[in-house]
Amino acid sequence: MAEGKSFFVDTTKCTACRGCQVACKQWNQRAAEKTYSQGSHQNPPDLSFNTWKLVRFSEVPGEKVNYYFFPDQCRHCVSPPCKEVAEGKAKGAILQDEKTGAVIFNPKMKIKPEDFKEIRESCPYNIPRISGAGIMAKCTMCSDRIKEGMLPACVKACPTGTMNFGERKAILEMANKRLAEAKGVYKNAILTDPNDIRAIYLLVDDPKKYHKFAVAENTIGITRKVALKRILKPLKEFQWLG
Amino acid sequence: MTNSWTDIGVSDCILIMGSNTAENHPVAMKWVLRAQEKGGKIISVDPRFTRTSAKADIYVPMRSGGDIAFLGGMIKYLLDKDLIFKDYVVNYTNAPFIVSEKYGFKDGLFSGYNPEKRAYDKATWVFERDEKGIPKKDMTLQHPGCVYQLLKKHYARYDLDTVSSITGTPRADLMKVYETFGATGKPDRAGTMLYAMGWTQHTTGTQIIRAGSMIQLLLGNIGMAGGGVNALRGESNVQGITDHALLFHILPGYLPNVNAALENLEKYNATTPKTSDSMSVNWWGNRPKYIASLLKSFYGENAAKENDLGFGWLPKLDVGQNASWLFMFDEMFNGKFSGFLCMGMNPACSSPNSNKTRQALAKLDWMVDIDLFENETSSFWKGPGMDPKKVKTEVFLLPAASSVEKEGSVSDSARTGQWRNKASDPPGDSQADGQIVHDLYMKIKDLYAKEGGAFPDPILKLKWDYAKDGKVDWHAVAKEINGCFTEDIAEHPVDKKAYKKGTQVPNFVFLLADGRTSCGNWLYSGSYTEAGNMMARRDKTPIPTANIFPRWGWAWPLNRRIIYNRASVDLNGKPWDPKRAVIQWDGSKWVGDVPDNAVPPMGLPNGRYPFIMKPDGVASFFGPGLADGPFPEHYEPLECPIEKNPLSSQRINPATPIFKGELDKFTTCDPKFPFIATTYRLTEHWQTGLMTRYQPWLVEAEPQMFVELSMELAKLRGIKNGDRVTLSSPRGKMWAKAMVTNRIKPFHVAGQTVHLVGMTWHYGWMVPKDGGDSANILTPSIGDANTLIPEYKVFQVNVTKEEKPKVEKKPEPKAEAKPAPKAEAKPEPKPEVKPAPKAETKK
Repeated sequence: MAEGKSFFVDTTKCTACRGCQVACKQWNQRAAEKTYSQGSHQNPPDLSFNTWKLVRFSEVPGEKVNYYFFPDQCRHCVSPPCKEVAEGKAKGAILQDEKTGAVIFNPKMKIKPEDFKEIRESCPYNIPRISGAGIMAKCTMCSDRIKEGMLPACVKACPTGTMNFGERKAILEMANKRLAEAKGVYKNAILTDPNDIRAIYLLVDDPKKYHKFAVAENTIGITRKVALKRILKPLKEFQWLG
Repeated sequence: MTNSWTDIGVSDCILIMGSNTAENHPVAMKWVLRAQEKGGKIISVDPRFTRTSAKADIYVPMRSGGDIAFLGGMIKYLLDKDLIFKDYVVNYTNAPFIVSEKYGFKDGLFSGYNPEKRAYDKATWVFERDEKGIPKKDMTLQHPGCVYQLLKKHYARYDLDTVSSITGTPRADLMKVYETFGATGKPDRAGTMLYAMGWTQHTTGTQIIRAGSMIQLLLGNIGMAGGGVNALRGESNVQGITDHALLFHILPGYLPNVNAALENLEKYNATTPKTSDSMSVNWWGNRPKYIASLLKSFYGENAAKENDLGFGWLPKLDVGQNASWLFMFDEMFNGKFSGFLCMGMNPACSSPNSNKTRQALAKLDWMVDIDLFENETSSFWKGPGMDPKKVKTEVFLLPAASSVEKEGSVSDSARTGQWRNKASDPPGDSQADGQIVHDLYMKIKDLYAKEGGAFPDPILKLKWDYAKDGKVDWHAVAKEINGCFTEDIAEHPVDKKAYKKGTQVPNFVFLLADGRTSCGNWLYSGSYTEAGNMMARRDKTPIPTANIFPRWGWAWPLNRRIIYNRASVDLNGKPWDPKRAVIQWDGSKWVGDVPDNAVPPMGLPNGRYPFIMKPDGVASFFGPGLADGPFPEHYEPLECPIEKNPLSSQRINPATPIFKGELDKFTTCDPKFPFIATTYRLTEHWQTGLMTRYQPWLVEAEPQMFVELSMELAKLRGIKNGDRVTLSSPRGKMWAKAMVTNRIKPFHVAGQTVHLVGMTWHYGWMVPKDGGDSANILTPSIGDANTLIPEYKVFQVNVTKEEKPKVEKKPEPKAEAKPAPKAEAKPEPKPEVKPAPKAETKK
């Protein structure tokens, strides 16, 4: 596979304006959910069949206030475990775009609840969601936009430079440069699983303080497991992408 | 804004106080973050830890209403530690001026106070002057009566302990801010201040801004790249509408409004600011040219020398009349007027003391509401507590076009006019506001022509030639604002050149006081010249030494991007900070930004002082023009948790008018309302929410009225996160969802623990159904002593757990499983409008 595309999410610049969250819904025409104010500005409370991009607000308890923002979305793993699981359960349900590396849920495939459970559990970032009708959904990397030479909707909408997108090599360079700069200010600055995923976050504190699933629990394990079976064939199923 | 948005990106230190930039100006925040990326420090001072605070290098909490104490403490700190930029202060401000011995200040009152009128006689707030009328100065700043010494004396009381006890800001935090911002007093350092409604919406709002400006003068940050005092305006075109005289006290271009005592143009012009000092440019001395050109613009050929250019047709205020918002609604409530044309605003939610406002609307005979959607104002008669059968007001709702459905200019906070094209036609019968005004005027003119009336001339003599076939041509309006020559001019006094009647004036320098020029707003003269529409320019080339873009749109005045920029150089025109030079004198002329007047720097022959809009040519620490004193002084808000102002016996601003109607209920230190409340906006909603509460994706993100409160207060009141609570003030009661947060902490004020709660005013009873109402149900009708902007930022409330909370249908567990029919039916969602791919390839 070519190097493909990647996101770099520089959370040091994220102001939680939620432009990305709304732009995602707008471009992808996802319905709004019925929500209530439940004690946090984070809303909807979680990712869902209709919410593919969610800015998570995290108030870290303690004397000094830390207020972290995490624009959550599918990481588009280089070797996606969800796809691996789906290969055995529902072939064709999860595809990977050869050119970009985007991991795509096939909206035409119905998934059995027990299969979905396994697919969801295989995801280190807790991303897959499903409709009542058994259709899975998540971030598509805005493949329909990329194909036209446009940026993903969330990146286009971001006013601060938090959301970045481009060729993987350039994005990794950008991420490493920002990491080096950030380390000058924040000694705990890290990139999340940069070698394994295509939506790499720059964090400046313990990832758990941002979001339970900010980084993979056991990245090494996953990559090893997946690496064994890592044979990525060019996919022909992508006609439906239009 | 003195500076521009882009210029914020080069600042060394950004003090964000009275603004929540990240949430309310989310796009602008990128310039703040760019400055930070280059090593600039962000300081956030706010009662709450906000999304802005989350990005700040330094966050310090401050009790809402403590601003002048906080800033006064910084003034004292800078003077005590001598962190000031002395060359700047001595030469470019009135620090050396000697003040009249009759001026005094004692126990919170300046000399000349009249308690019955709650007003000052300002006769003693003056300078000692020499025989020529020029203020006496002591350039050594040692004279005990000089402004510098009076400033020192005035703020001597604002020591760290006192300030900390008023503001609730810990002493160490105060010092951290003072030290960090104070470091920008060096010539090659620049600090900027970003403020918004958090500074203005207080009974002392104008003086808070003055205090900030004074700090910037002490540090020599005015006129500098990366410096300035920057008001982040709350609406995309509120700068433009202010420039064009939205407010009652001004005519377009900040010309003072006319009152009944000014019977003719001569008397009006007699009030023109004067100077006796030949080194002062005193630009306002040109005012007669601007009023004459404005009258020509209003009345065209009908304005002639014989009829005083139609001056008598201008509507006039009564002498001393205050026709600002709070007075207007007070009069409406008292049944003093019968009709109300409400355009592009939703006072039933935005105006303080909503119950009073909503009842005032019921006293009208008619109301015409012009808006995008049905709203709480047009529907007030069926709102909570209203009996439609008893409301006599006849309401007409006219549908307006939104900003993308019309063409025209929008002026941003940085005074930059940018021309917008129309993206699509407005739906149905909706029309652009300007078109509605045009149609209305034509109808009224017809009626006056047919039926006459008490005083038809102001209507019938108006020049109104902007429409073709009944449709307004927005370019014709913009050209009118720029101005033109109304007669052939053989030799213009400015450049000795000839100008033809009907050609556009190049800029306001060419306006004349004799009726030979017409100009709708002198400040915008230069925006639409013979060379075309300057506001439509989109060239991204910056000037070499600063992050400003002179060919992007057009900024008033004269396309100057940093005003007071002649203060950014030394007396010989050399930039204080050559790395960030805004302008410099090259020996014969200025290069860089458009200079604040072309005259040479003050140290050279024929040189002039830098602050050309001030009669004395310098910036004012001692400012005799305001209603409530020449120096900012801390007073408590109208409603506050402490009995006594720790600084004086004057608890509240002594010059603020107080309303005494039946619904103007105030209280202070009342155990029934023990907590400070403040109001604000969110990124996700817009003003009263009219354009956002109908948007499902935005309502999804911020669905309901909430109140943010500290964990300590929640514990005290037995409130859990997400509970429904009751909020009450002497003026009303409402529900909200509790948001219990670590981002608000109790304050230690004057020896006691004080709690603060925060809420937004985006909601209204109409939409969404379970969204709640506006926080203005609770706010008081009181305003700043100078501007009467309401004190939305601080008042007292109570918070209790709702006794029988309404049960909310929990979001269905299957909410996410509910298929979005549209999305699912089409696996490949095609957006309705697909942008041209090439438009987005560059980023």
